[in-house]
Amino acid sequence: MEQSKSPAPLLEMTGIGKTFPGVLALQDVSLRVGRGEVHALIGQNGAGKSTLIKILTGAYRRDSGTVRFDGQAVDFQSPQQAQAGGVSTIYQEVNLVPFRSVSENIFLGREPCRWGLIDWRRMNREAAAILDRFGIQVDVTQPLLTLNVAIQQMVAVARAVSFQSKLVVMDEPTSSLDEQEVATLFTVIRQLKAAGVSVVFVSHRLDELYAVCDRVTIMRDGRTVAERTMGEISKLELVALMLGKDLSVVQRSGTTAFSDGVHHAAAELIRADGLRQGHRLQGASVQVRAGEIVGLAGLLGAGRTEVARALFGADPVDSGEVRLDGTPVHFKSPRDAIRAGIGFCSEDRKTEGIIPYMSVRENLTLAVLPTLARRGIIARDKQQALVDQFVRRLGIKTSGPDQPVRELSGGNQQKVLLARWLCMNPRLLLVDEPTRGIDVGAKGEIQALINELADAGLGVLMISSELEELTEGCDRVVVLREGQTVAELPHATVSQAAIMAAMAHGSAAAPSEETPHG
Amino acid sequence: MANPDRTLKRVSRPVLSTRFAAVGQTYGAALALLALIIYNIGFTPFFLNPATVNSNLTQVAPIVIVAVGMTLVIATGGIDLSVGALMAVAGALAPLIFLSTLLPANYPFIGIGLALLIPMLVAGAFGLFNGSLVAYFKIQPIIATLVLFIAGRGIAQVVTNGALQNFTNPGFRYIGIGRPFGIPFQVILMVGIVAGVAWAMRTTTFGRYVLAVGGNEAAARLAGVPVTRIKLAVYGLSGLLAGLAGLIVIAINASSDANSVGLDMELDAIASVAVGGTPLTGGRATVIGTLIGALIIQLIRYTLLAHGIPDAAARIVKAAIILAAVYIQRQRRA
Amino acid sequence: MATVSTEPSARRFTFNRARAASLIQRQGVLIALIALIAFGALRYDNFFSVYNIASVLRYYSMFGLIALGMTFVIMTGGIDLSVGAVVALGSVIAALLTPYGVLPAIVVPVLVGMVIGWANGWIIARLGLLPFIVTLAMLLAARGLALLLANNTSVGITLDPGFVWFGQGDLLGVPVPALVMGVAYVAGVILLRYSRFGRHVLAVGGNEEAGRLMGLPVDRIKLGVYTLSGALAALAGVILAAQFNTGQPTEGLGWELSAIASVVVGGTLLTGGMGSVGATLVGVLLLGLIFNILNFENGHGFISLSSYWQSVIRGTFLLVVVLLQNRLAQRRRS
Repeated sequence: MEQSKSPAPLLEMTGIGKTFPGVLALQDVSLRVGRGEVHALIGQNGAGKSTLIKILTGAYRRDSGTVRFDGQAVDFQSPQQAQAGGVSTIYQEVNLVPFRSVSENIFLGREPCRWGLIDWRRMNREAAAILDRFGIQVDVTQPLLTLNVAIQQMVAVARAVSFQSKLVVMDEPTSSLDEQEVATLFTVIRQLKAAGVSVVFVSHRLDELYAVCDRVTIMRDGRTVAERTMGEISKLELVALMLGKDLSVVQRSGTTAFSDGVHHAAAELIRADGLRQGHRLQGASVQVRAGEIVGLAGLLGAGRTEVARALFGADPVDSGEVRLDGTPVHFKSPRDAIRAGIGFCSEDRKTEGIIPYMSVRENLTLAVLPTLARRGIIARDKQQALVDQFVRRLGIKTSGPDQPVRELSGGNQQKVLLARWLCMNPRLLLVDEPTRGIDVGAKGEIQALINELADAGLGVLMISSELEELTEGCDRVVVLREGQTVAELPHATVSQAAIMAAMAHGSAAAPSEETPHG
Repeated sequence: MANPDRTLKRVSRPVLSTRFAAVGQTYGAALALLALIIYNIGFTPFFLNPATVNSNLTQVAPIVIVAVGMTLVIATGGIDLSVGALMAVAGALAPLIFLSTLLPANYPFIGIGLALLIPMLVAGAFGLFNGSLVAYFKIQPIIATLVLFIAGRGIAQVVTNGALQNFTNPGFRYIGIGRPFGIPFQVILMVGIVAGVAWAMRTTTFGRYVLAVGGNEAAARLAGVPVTRIKLAVYGLSGLLAGLAGLIVIAINASSDANSVGLDMELDAIASVAVGGTPLTGGRATVIGTLIGALIIQLIRYTLLAHGIPDAAARIVKAAIILAAVYIQRQRRA
Repeated sequence: MATVSTEPSARRFTFNRARAASLIQRQGVLIALIALIAFGALRYDNFFSVYNIASVLRYYSMFGLIALGMTFVIMTGGIDLSVGAVVALGSVIAALLTPYGVLPAIVVPVLVGMVIGWANGWIIARLGLLPFIVTLAMLLAARGLALLLANNTSVGITLDPGFVWFGQGDLLGVPVPALVMGVAYVAGVILLRYSRFGRHVLAVGGNEEAGRLMGLPVDRIKLGVYTLSGALAALAGVILAAQFNTGQPTEGLGWELSAIASVVVGGTLLTGGMGSVGATLVGVLLLGLIFNILNFENGHGFISLSSYWQSVIRGTFLLVVVLLQNRLAQRRRS
């Protein structure tokens, strides 16, 4: 690891360890941020970034390691304490009060008072002055929600800075901003830097890191894997480090349970062309044939989940065409899609998958109930047979079909959700990150299962952030970048390097010159 | 499973303990009811006297019928404040129909049939109105049903001009005072409705869908559950059952007073549901529990009254029981 | 330093529209009130008479007080169903204490109301139970306590001239209850607008998690609003006893829901975070005037609408307002 530029960094976290019941979240993690430095912190989901940030800002307590801030060892017990100590946090979701005015949001909790009454004039004047420092002129008496998201983020920054912060942590502040808004935020970040304030910047958009950050710390699997100067690392290298791939040896070893080979793809099953939806989808196209697995790749926010939801009728699209068996279809709700033989296994098991208090049996058969019932009465024996069959086939570990699904482990919940769709014998299955957050054993079983299903003629569209899954499991990989299909790689040419190149640059060709914008 | 492996073992302990808590919770209400009954058999004279039993059951029947509908609404994560007002609407309409001179006098059964059917359908339609505000306009259930809480009783009063309607129609009064095999007719109705809805919740797609909508609406939609239709249905059913309860109440009294029929019923129904163990946050429901909850509240009131403790004090005890029941449920969730 | 331009035209556009929307929303109710007053003044001779205005204000001051407390509770995202019963309890305690002088008869009920409100707040904030069910239980308990203390009948007051003046007297030509309400509303406006407590109430209701992260004392704020609501409801009870010379344990039935309706009509969001004290007063007067106008209309003799129409009209009005707010909110979201 390189030496940081300044001999005494503002923040020095070393040997940080954190264990949650049963999970080792962080192990020997370090983070060094110099004074007036904009420091990028990157890593995939589950790499431990947010845990590290929460430890820094006092939301979590660390199990081991030391934190030195501004020359002193510190141990923040709460976000308020961290704030008082000079560390402020800007969250991904603007964590302010939308109905209240801009000036109130800046001063909430420490409103200037005169004779016990709030001195609105002074509060508004000071709020305007703080924002003015960043070159932002808004009517500070307006409710926050009347302003665009970028200005709202700026207000959050202004609040943070008005606490005389020395370090501002920005946790994916740009995820809901458009390009111009991002530019505004960057101007503010540069001004903070000029004023000697340090910034920890978390983002998944590589271009942004190059535009504004000085140095970068890369995390993977709860460890720090690299600490570099932004100018000395290429995008491709960054992606490779993040995903844990050695660039020179991107080999196709059997690290997944997919049988490495082409399925016998038959007729075209579904085809979507030019899907557009707000600024999240800007011309995404994908097609799946019966009996093949199509991978959908892209960085976070590239529009992968949006494509799957659009195909499933869960969200309306602004324009674009979906054809099923060659005929245009318009699914108004998931119910329509299910009737047409499509299943969708969503990424977020908790909020969009399981019904926590219902049993394994009911969760497993929820989508298939209409076909199990006659005149609305569920045929209990048929239901039980189906549940038994899939519990056995998928190896779902449960104390019995009556066990509430929330008591199962993540991998077994995922199997129940897969079974929910498989038991309706679908033609097309959309799976969004099917192996995220589950243990290695279950992961292999699920991969093998998807493979087996495709062999049996099922069309599968698989969203995944794991390159092995894409290169080894898929017949084709469609790469999305900023809501747009930028590459389609057939099995013969698909490689981790090609996917990474497409995700980073927008084409599968070898990297050309870097073009940071902003 | 014959061969429990490591994973299973690891999860089996919390499973057992939550199971235990769940058992204690479900049967907790039943045990409390049992204790109340045993206490009364021992210490309250004439408790097992058929007249006492019948009077207790008669009083609790309309509450249970309304509370069953309320259970379904709450299971979807909603609430229905309009049930008392809808009882008044149904109660106001029925006498107008069977006392109407428009009906053929030589076929009294037509009049009685219509007097039973139309008010219930009207109440059901009002329920659908509630449901459409919740499902289509996404108005919070408490406000959506507050509209008819306020306007519903007014409609009943306007229809009857606020006057007490007395009647002596024995055919109609049968649903209130009929005693087939010595059992009050409305108690048979109550048992039938509780059994029917409890059965439906367990065995029909509708029952599964109700719980799925309340348990995780986003997931339910993605699994193809017709969320809008389910919400319409539960509010419609709640209105329908409130209408039936309104008819029973006026049949018992042989008169219909739009000012008082169903007054405070929404509170009694919600209390029964809560004490019975259905959480107000939705996703779980026990219809039998609601029956038990209503019986507990009724019996506590009866017990206190029978031992010379005033009705007013019984209300305070009722309040304490509701809070305790909800608190225990919360403990279980945590 | 470079000035960042962020599409000023687009910003102004959204800003103007939101402002116009909130203007229509808030002033719409005020415009409706003024229109109704103008209608009444033009149509009925005695509408603008001192007597009519005074009697309307005298009676609706009680609703005004509980709606004021309810506004603060709802702004935190909560609800207080116990106020109607606390009104009854307050009136009973006041009546029972009249033999001991004016001061105890006014102060003690308010203190009792505060304790009840504080208990609501404590259970909600510390035990984390839903406001709806907690205050529902408190409704039952307070009603029970009122009936218990009053021995199930109304309690006559010792005719103390000072106490009677509190409900029936005038000061400078203005009914005393109306003055009390006026002072409470002025204090309420100042509290909401110029005190940290008021701003924090809105912040907690708008985004409780953000409030916690910003270091606001969320639990204390909740305790505060429920205590305030209890105190104001009890004060309304004192006025009730002083106005009608009796403590009435059965009065105040459903007042909590009328108060909620007034608050919602006034434009306060039931989900919390946004609201106006002044608009609640407009909502109270508007819903009150509907009754007054109906009375006059009947006296007028052209048409004869029974007074029962008032609740139908109120309910319809609530529906219209809620649907309108819903559309505005949806437009704002998109």
